Amino acid sequence: MFYREAGQYKTSYAADMAIFPILQDRIGIAVILAIAYVAMPLFGSEFFISTVMIPMLVFSLAAIGLNILTGYTGLISLGTGAFMGVGAYACYKLTTIFPGVNIIVWIVASGFVSAAVGVLFGLPSLRIKGFYLAVATLAAQFFLQWCFVRIPWLYNYNASGAIEVPQRTLFGVPITGANATAEVRYFVLLVIVVVLTWFASNLVHGRAGRSWMAVRDMDIAAELMGIKLLPTKLLAFAVSSFYAGVAGAVMMFLWYGGGEANDAFNINQSFLILFMVIIGGLGSLIGSFFGAAFISMLPTVLKFGLPAIGIPLAGATAEHLTFLTVGTLIIFFLIVEPHGLARLWQIGKQKLRIWPFPY
Amino acid sequence: MSAIEARETRLHLTTGAWAWLAVIAALLLFVAASMAGMVDPRSIPYLVIVDPFVQMAQAPDLFVQTIWEGLVSGVLYALIALGFVLIFKASGVFNFAQGIMVVFSALTLVGLHEMGVPAPLALLLAIFVMFVLAVVVERVVLRPLVNQPDIILFMATFGITYFLIGFGELIFGGNPKQMITDQLYLPKGAIDLKILGGFVSLQKIDIAAALIAAVMIALLAFFFQKTRIGRALRAVADSHKAALSVGISLNQIWVIVWFTAGIVALVTGIMWGARSDVSFALSTIALKALPVLILGGFTSVPGAIVGGLIIGIGEKVGEFYWGPLVGGGIESWLAYFIALGFLMFRPQGLFGEKIIERI
Repeated sequence: MFYREAGQYKTSYAADMAIFPILQDRIGIAVILAIAYVAMPLFGSEFFISTVMIPMLVFSLAAIGLNILTGYTGLISLGTGAFMGVGAYACYKLTTIFPGVNIIVWIVASGFVSAAVGVLFGLPSLRIKGFYLAVATLAAQFFLQWCFVRIPWLYNYNASGAIEVPQRTLFGVPITGANATAEVRYFVLLVIVVVLTWFASNLVHGRAGRSWMAVRDMDIAAELMGIKLLPTKLLAFAVSSFYAGVAGAVMMFLWYGGGEANDAFNINQSFLILFMVIIGGLGSLIGSFFGAAFISMLPTVLKFGLPAIGIPLAGATAEHLTFLTVGTLIIFFLIVEPHGLARLWQIGKQKLRIWPFPY
Repeated sequence: MSAIEARETRLHLTTGAWAWLAVIAALLLFVAASMAGMVDPRSIPYLVIVDPFVQMAQAPDLFVQTIWEGLVSGVLYALIALGFVLIFKASGVFNFAQGIMVVFSALTLVGLHEMGVPAPLALLLAIFVMFVLAVVVERVVLRPLVNQPDIILFMATFGITYFLIGFGELIFGGNPKQMITDQLYLPKGAIDLKILGGFVSLQKIDIAAALIAAVMIALLAFFFQKTRIGRALRAVADSHKAALSVGISLNQIWVIVWFTAGIVALVTGIMWGARSDVSFALSTIALKALPVLILGGFTSVPGAIVGGLIIGIGEKVGEFYWGPLVGGGIESWLAYFIALGFLMFRPQGLFGEKIIERI
């Protein structure tokens, strides 16, 4: 009744190709953006923003990156964590070598460094396919992780062996380092995420995205249709690693505020992001957000939610129960909706379209 | 078409062969030059190409010891890979949980023994637990997810992994445990062999592991080739539909095959647990079974064994002779690069079925 596109005529090609062709979608996205930009910093508590919103946004970015590779191009990667690490270390090196340049510039630039590394490790993808490629990307994961620990130049020979995030300002306001408030960091992060999501949306709906999807559905057929496989797959690796790199940089600089690579960019991180992509929905940008929100909030919800409904938890037991629950939920979700939360969203929209009539 | 294709193939091979010949000639030239004393022994090419082999020749006992260590870990990798191949062949599931099943089964055995169950009974109970696990996995995970894309099933085994970690730690505790080697009549201590002008020390448990692995592989081969169930398993591996049409129950086969993989996991867990502690930290080592798999091919039992030995020996020799050049610790990624190297020439692994793609 309320969500209906009937009567919304498109009179130009531009209108027909718009990202949000339906008026209600445009209103919805405006409301979401208004909440994210205005209501959240105004009404959200410091705790909520720093433990729920910031991780969610960082993971969304990483999940979009992996979704471009796995969901849109059909190349499974288990090295996302390492590519995030490349971004974080590149950003750290760049901002310590050139402290005068704005940190936002370096966050974006570190994405390009990560993209270059991603292309390098994407080269075998032309010859190796499917799960063989997935295992091959583990080579990137373990090799890069080894580099992060064994090459002291990367962490500026710090005694701690970790990234120590310096204070950087934007318009005179500190946005990284110990003095940056959660609201400011959230705001910067939100701008980056919105811009990059908009960019990704245009990319996957354009020529590049279409050739990715053709390659995903059947690469030999795509090749016969004139899509060059190597540039297409490498572009997917590059864009995906770019997003992962930016996600890693913002993770270190705007969320963790420093830390060690083996904790932040290990193999479990790669798996976690793959969960997000699959639970959210392969080949769906909004699914990346759903998946990121679901997986990143789950431990927090379990930690604070279970005691609230009367199940007391000790430290170690809580951790074991979290593992147990996450495992069960993954299987449950896969059985109930193998196409992810994005499909549920679609079904919901379809229901809304015919509501209140049965058909 | 075939004539053109054949000519192009020959042309392609010749170019490749020429390149290889050139590389080999250059290497030989370098070795000859070093023998003539024309190369500085501290230069990097000398350290990489010649020096490790000089070390091997100078201390052959050390070399034999390294190979032996590699062989033993290779056998264990091969056992994990074996359980994986069984499941992949029969159900097409990329079973990520195999490594965890190793730890889980060993933990069940040790945990039950700690609770006061005598060792033989604990062993039987552990086998029973693996059977229950096989039935539950088939009922709860595989059956509802039949016909889903591979990546969804892969993800589901991730769910199983997390579930088993949480479940195992919840029941048996997360502390590392000692394997009950004495109660299972496994030998302890070492044999010192005097060969090649030095001592080579062989742990008795390692010899036992190699022997037990050999016996188990022989038993599995017998089971597959000579029994009725084995024939059914091979039929399913060849074609699900054809097997169904002659009245083989896929569900039963899946239970049997997961149970077999569970027993393989239990044996591996006992052997591995005897070499170190039983804890979920082992599961990261179990990731090493993945390069073994891609090296040998997902569908080949001999491939798993040969791949395991190549990876085991390769990484130990590499770590011992080449590792110090880059600061050590290369064991964590060398296996993946060895596998990747093989994969560049045979994308389906050494013994895998040739991948034929049709439009």
